[in-house]
Amino acid sequence: MQEKIRALRERTEAEIGKTDTGRALYELKMRFQAELKTVMSGMRELPKEERPAFGKLVNELKESIERQFEERAAVVRKKELEAKYAAERIDVTMPGRKFRPGALHPVTIVRNQLIDIFSGMGFKVYEGPEVETDYYNFTALNTPEDHPARDMQDTFYLAEKLLLRTQTSAGQIRVMEKEKPPIKILSPGRVFRSDDDATHSPMFHQMEGLVVDRGITLCDLQGMLAEFARRMFDSSTKVRLRPSYFPFTEPSVEVDLSCAECGGKGCRLCKGTGWIEVLGAGMVNRRVLENCGIDPDEYTGFAFGMGIERIAMLKYGINNIRALFENDVRFLEQFR
Amino acid sequence: MKAPLCWLKDYVDIDVSAQELAEKLFSCGFEVEELSYLGNAVDRVVVGQVKSVADHPDSDHMKICVVDCGEAYGRELQIVTGAPNVFEGMKTPCALDGSTVVETNPAAKNPGGPKKIKKGKLRGVESCGMLCSGEELGINDDFYPGAEVNGLLVLDDSAPVGEDIRKVVGLDDWIFDISVTANRPDCQSILGLAREVAAVLKKPLKEPDCSYTEHATKKKPVRVEVQAPDLCPRYIGHYVEGVKGGASPAWMRRRLALSGLRSISPVVDITNFVLLEMGQPMHAFDADELGGGKIVVRRAKAGEKITTLDKKEFTLTPDNLVICDGEKPVALAGIMGGLNSEIKETTKNVFFEAAKFARDSVRRTSRSLGQSSDSSFRFEKGVSAYTSERGMARALHLIEELGCGTVTDLSEDVCAADLAPRKMTASVKKIEALLGISVPREEIEGILSRLFFAPVLDGDNLTVTVPGWREDVDGYPDLAEEIIRMYGYGHILPTFLDRARVTGGGLSEEQRRELRIKDILRTQGFNEACNYSFYSPKDFDLFRLSADAPERAAVHILNPIGEDLSVLRTFLAPSMLQNAVRNIRRGNEEGWLFELANAYLPRSLPVREQPEEKRRLVLGIWGNKCDFFDLKGAAEAIFEAFHLDVSYARAQKSWLHPGISAKVLLEEREVGCLGELDPAVADSLGLDKKVYLGELDMEALYPEMKGEVRFVNLPKFPAVRRDLALVADEEITCAQVEEVLMHSCKYVTKAELFDVYRGGQVPAGKKSMAFTLTFTPDDSAEKAFSPEALDGFVKKILGNLRFKLGVELR
Repeated sequence: MQEKIRALRERTEAEIGKTDTGRALYELKMRFQAELKTVMSGMRELPKEERPAFGKLVNELKESIERQFEERAAVVRKKELEAKYAAERIDVTMPGRKFRPGALHPVTIVRNQLIDIFSGMGFKVYEGPEVETDYYNFTALNTPEDHPARDMQDTFYLAEKLLLRTQTSAGQIRVMEKEKPPIKILSPGRVFRSDDDATHSPMFHQMEGLVVDRGITLCDLQGMLAEFARRMFDSSTKVRLRPSYFPFTEPSVEVDLSCAECGGKGCRLCKGTGWIEVLGAGMVNRRVLENCGIDPDEYTGFAFGMGIERIAMLKYGINNIRALFENDVRFLEQFR
Repeated sequence: MKAPLCWLKDYVDIDVSAQELAEKLFSCGFEVEELSYLGNAVDRVVVGQVKSVADHPDSDHMKICVVDCGEAYGRELQIVTGAPNVFEGMKTPCALDGSTVVETNPAAKNPGGPKKIKKGKLRGVESCGMLCSGEELGINDDFYPGAEVNGLLVLDDSAPVGEDIRKVVGLDDWIFDISVTANRPDCQSILGLAREVAAVLKKPLKEPDCSYTEHATKKKPVRVEVQAPDLCPRYIGHYVEGVKGGASPAWMRRRLALSGLRSISPVVDITNFVLLEMGQPMHAFDADELGGGKIVVRRAKAGEKITTLDKKEFTLTPDNLVICDGEKPVALAGIMGGLNSEIKETTKNVFFEAAKFARDSVRRTSRSLGQSSDSSFRFEKGVSAYTSERGMARALHLIEELGCGTVTDLSEDVCAADLAPRKMTASVKKIEALLGISVPREEIEGILSRLFFAPVLDGDNLTVTVPGWREDVDGYPDLAEEIIRMYGYGHILPTFLDRARVTGGGLSEEQRRELRIKDILRTQGFNEACNYSFYSPKDFDLFRLSADAPERAAVHILNPIGEDLSVLRTFLAPSMLQNAVRNIRRGNEEGWLFELANAYLPRSLPVREQPEEKRRLVLGIWGNKCDFFDLKGAAEAIFEAFHLDVSYARAQKSWLHPGISAKVLLEEREVGCLGELDPAVADSLGLDKKVYLGELDMEALYPEMKGEVRFVNLPKFPAVRRDLALVADEEITCAQVEEVLMHSCKYVTKAELFDVYRGGQVPAGKKSMAFTLTFTPDDSAEKAFSPEALDGFVKKILGNLRFKLGVELR
């Protein structure tokens, strides 16, 4: 019996030493366990008094061999890993596999940013019709038929008194006719003027803002536009108001922002002035409020309007407005 | 409006530089678009006196001169000249070494710009500079008498030797090109701008002299009759007799020249001068050519004809206002006089006109006849009735000052306009409430006084008298604007709606949905395009639309930029095709584009009311790696995102490939189409790539879009998948098989085609379609599906396929 145990030990120990894969080691272990089982089954044939000694021997064998298995397994695992590492090497500079999303149009991106900025200030978004009547586009905005300001914008006509809106201000009237103050709306959309060169496009986008409530002042307009400028461009952007004229606001102002390119020192972009003309604004003309059934002695308001393309061109450094409507994929993809 | 600094100085004592003045004007609402120095091209040119003239040893026509240019530049400069009119003792412009004069060679790089003059040798004789002609200084006779002489400019003896020539010939001056806003027609004049300059510099305004004396005459009066007071609120006429020709004085010729006008004769020059100075267009009739002793202002008779001063003949309609004598039209009101009553050299008596014509009447006539002038430009902007009177007075004063005629006592003034001074009362508190700041009372008074509003402050009450030329002012916000533009916008400090109520902002459900649709497409690799809302009617032909196709019922722009941009889009696909074509021609081999925009569908034609504006989504893809199913996949992604249950059927569109196009159906309604551009259309465009186009009627889809998500419990036991390879007739569609797969067993939750195969063991006329079926146990299931149970489901499904479609297991 003891002979059998010694033989099993010697054979197994020798084989453990020779085994160098995890799988062979596992098989060897299974075989050893099976053989040990056979050896142990011989115990019943032993006299009772010899059994404890035999059991001790078997246990010693089992513990010793299992320890050796573990030690060997550690060595083998290490070797195998090393081999795996050596075999599995990739060129990490090869391109990754990706799905490339497209881009929103820069006008949409800027429009979304503007909406984001102003909706946080309590503005709702109203999109009016693009084909407008003469009344909403001009007359109600204090631009009667004989008004020279009608020449400021070359209008596309579809029929008598029916036109492609020249300004999103037309939307102001539609909102003010329906809603009572407090009113805070943003009216983005397409507008049309009979103009076509490097800085003018027969179609472009405007964003009109309107606030009507009690006690609204020119200082409020300045404050709101300053906040807009800081968020749209950068926190150091300054706002300058200067007198201008629009039929539907009084006083009217042209709003300049400090040039982001040179920080106001003067450069080619701002033609050396340090300022960039960005939008028109003013206090809503009393006549316009009256035309919409809002009492101008109780309420005041301000309105501002900006060209979305103009903002996009400034923001992204686009110098020809036509590039925005050619839809060249090499252009569009840059806004990803 | 162009204003020379020297002219503004006639009315205001300007003690700041031209640049400072430009900045001040800018801050009070008058942007100086261009400030240009008149003598820009001329530098280091001084008055020289020719001391001696000697012949050139090597030239017949050149002379060697010794020129005195003063102590600073040299008393005895040797200069060679080829000018024939050089003589000893003459004073003439002398361009020194290193100077610049005006480039006169039209073939040069910069004609009109500066040309360098350097010391050099002319046929071996040293010349320290150049003696100049008027042309080389860029001036004509109206700037300086004799400037157009061929040869050297002979300067007046009073010109100091060594003086900068720009000061002598009037080139030391600045021209302000000022952008005047539409509410300030009064500033389309030198005097109007001078008023602003005076106000902004806080200086007094020196009014132009408008005094004159009337002399009794024996001439027969010309009676004025205004039959259309709505179009002519004021008409002033004045008879001037004994008109003389000759030349206008140098100061007037210079003023006109600076404004780009040539001097013609004293009377004509006066009308032009008054237009520039006062902003009042004037007209002068040859009084002896006016028949019937009267002027009638009336609407033209249909078919009536007039030939204007520039010899163009026009046929008129009752929309045109004309000035007639007793018999015939003699002027196109506010636009141009008639040839028949033109001022000629022989004219002895003149009937002056200063009127106010309605701005829209002048504009409409000018547009419809295609005839315009400096007068019509100003009338379109607006001329006040007050200015008409002042303009006439100024013209008559100038007649006397120039001594070119006798002002008679025959005059007419037909006025329908209210000339009474307009008084206005406003509350200072309200003005301040609008501005949001408080303005010191003395500032308010000072500013409004300087702007001629004669303010009277009594507590909160501000009373002003609106100046006659300020027809734009009609309420307290106008006064607020006058005050703040002069007080300075720098005083406006930012506040943030301190008194306004809080409002809820943001996008509506519908507006957010559009953003989401754009994002879905963007994440699938599509770029967003943006096209004009109009295209060419020829696009309809390109798309081979039949004569009665609904898409052809489009709104036309009455005054388009060109035919290419003349019809409003009734569907968007033509724009998308243009985009694809442009990209492909530019070598952009692949592209995925979408546009979400309005189509304009008229309710009736010709259009009388606003058309319906319907949201459309157009998709366009092209490239070597894409096909119909990429396009369809994009559409499906949107339908799935909004839980839309659509189906597809073969489409018949004139512009899509008949075999590779589908219409999208929502229940039975067609809501869009997808497909490959018809190869015939592609051929006609010379396209070598396949383009896939799709257009969806979002207006029809929006009401069916469900944004709400309802949670469904997860199955207790895992779903099981089985693949089935089926053999079907060619005609059997995927949708037909899917329909049976989905409805033969309630546990089938998904049936997905993953392969189609033809050939090999599949008989001709048949195809193999491989589907993955997903079986999901429902809520009531007690255990996972056993293989036996699945076999049972499959058997039933196969039975249905065989029975309904003749489809067999492969």
